[in-house]
Amino acid sequence: MAPKLCALCEKSRAILKRPKTGQQICKECFFYVFETEVHNTITQAQLFKPGDRVAIGASGGKDSTVLAYVMKTLNERYDYGIHLYLLSIDEGITGYRDDSLETVKRNQQQYSMPLKILSYNDLYGWTMDAVVAQIGKKNNCTFCGVFRRQALDRGAAVLNVDHIVTGHNADDIAETVLMNIMRGDIARLGRCTSICTQGEDTIKRSKPFKYTYEKEIVMYAYFKKLDYFSTECIYSPDAYRGHARAFLKDLEAARPSAIIDIIHSGEAFAVKEEVKAAQKAQQTCKRCGYMSSNELCKACSLLEGLERGVAAVGITDRARKKMDAEGPAPEGLRTIPYFQMPAGPGPSTTIQIDTS
Amino acid sequence: MTATKSVRVEFGGGLELLFSNQKSHKVEIPNKTFDDKPTDMNYLILWLKKNLLREREELFLDNNTVRPGILVLINDTDWELEGEGDYIVENNDEIVFISTLHGG
Repeated sequence: MAPKLCALCEKSRAILKRPKTGQQICKECFFYVFETEVHNTITQAQLFKPGDRVAIGASGGKDSTVLAYVMKTLNERYDYGIHLYLLSIDEGITGYRDDSLETVKRNQQQYSMPLKILSYNDLYGWTMDAVVAQIGKKNNCTFCGVFRRQALDRGAAVLNVDHIVTGHNADDIAETVLMNIMRGDIARLGRCTSICTQGEDTIKRSKPFKYTYEKEIVMYAYFKKLDYFSTECIYSPDAYRGHARAFLKDLEAARPSAIIDIIHSGEAFAVKEEVKAAQKAQQTCKRCGYMSSNELCKACSLLEGLERGVAAVGITDRARKKMDAEGPAPEGLRTIPYFQMPAGPGPSTTIQIDTS
Repeated sequence: MTATKSVRVEFGGGLELLFSNQKSHKVEIPNKTFDDKPTDMNYLILWLKKNLLREREELFLDNNTVRPGILVLINDTDWELEGEGDYIVENNDEIVFISTLHGG
């Protein structure tokens, strides 16, 4: 077969068919359009301003590894003037996270970015290994997800950053749109396509890869020979997401624009005011100070359940009532350290970074 | 003409776990199918299933081709540009399979 020429430069041999556009492009043009599209996403949404301290949520996997590389490249190329950090969460999963954290430690050297690792064990007194030993594999993703979200915010507070960026890509967001539709979760459906979320008392989070296809992220990592870790979590993947994912990949095989089309559909949903009004107002967790829609935040609720041996507490209302009926939380129960938002960035702020 | 061709096959993105946890393999596949057609990518994929795949076949194959979400490169070019399963494998080709399905 005669080599096909790049649709953009019309000089070099095409090496990739872009799922988003169907264009056949060469390696150099691919790097250029990939990086430029992320840059355009960042500038259109005005994600950063000079002097911002930005933490990259880094797992050692493909998305966050490529994100760290591209953020560093764009910050230098376009002079964003932002300070980049790597923030990793150690869930305490032997044979999985300990290996992927080794990748993050290499990334720290390769990209010369300071790294902070925060562990579930330090924060909650429980590793995921210990959680699974107590509750089994069912529902363990709920614990891990709730714990990770809060751990990232707390890690960001330690680093005194104003912003966390995560490697969520277009496929992840399309998957989440589908899941929220199937679950009828109107509140999450309304916000899951936002590139940036910020409440009054949460640290700003955004997704620069919102419009970036997973296929292109993996191809980018492959052609750039980036060092990433890829092993499935040993505690059974989130089964529901797995189905949404397989379905989405089938749709993509039939029509590659399906992913971006689903994101656009998600963005176009308008949530009625009366539906919004019925949603619970945010408050502060009375035990740990983290934002919450109940008196106790989800992490405190889950932790209390673990400590008192009633694992389902954070998961069903019925289990919560049952535990409440047994009396208030005992004295001396392990709790999460009180949460405080970072005081705000300043050039004079120095922080201790754990480089071990 | 020899009866086989030599192909370098690489697995990445976690797929290597299904192939004895070994990323790179050198394999010899027949030049022709039993009905005398030159062997193509479709043939290679089924050959790998029969001869190299060690576990969880459903993570590699779906409907006799690679499962959606697995990227394939032929000599460092996206196989979508090379005719996918119909590409006739040549001696000394390098074929890379990368799963995109693992966490990021």
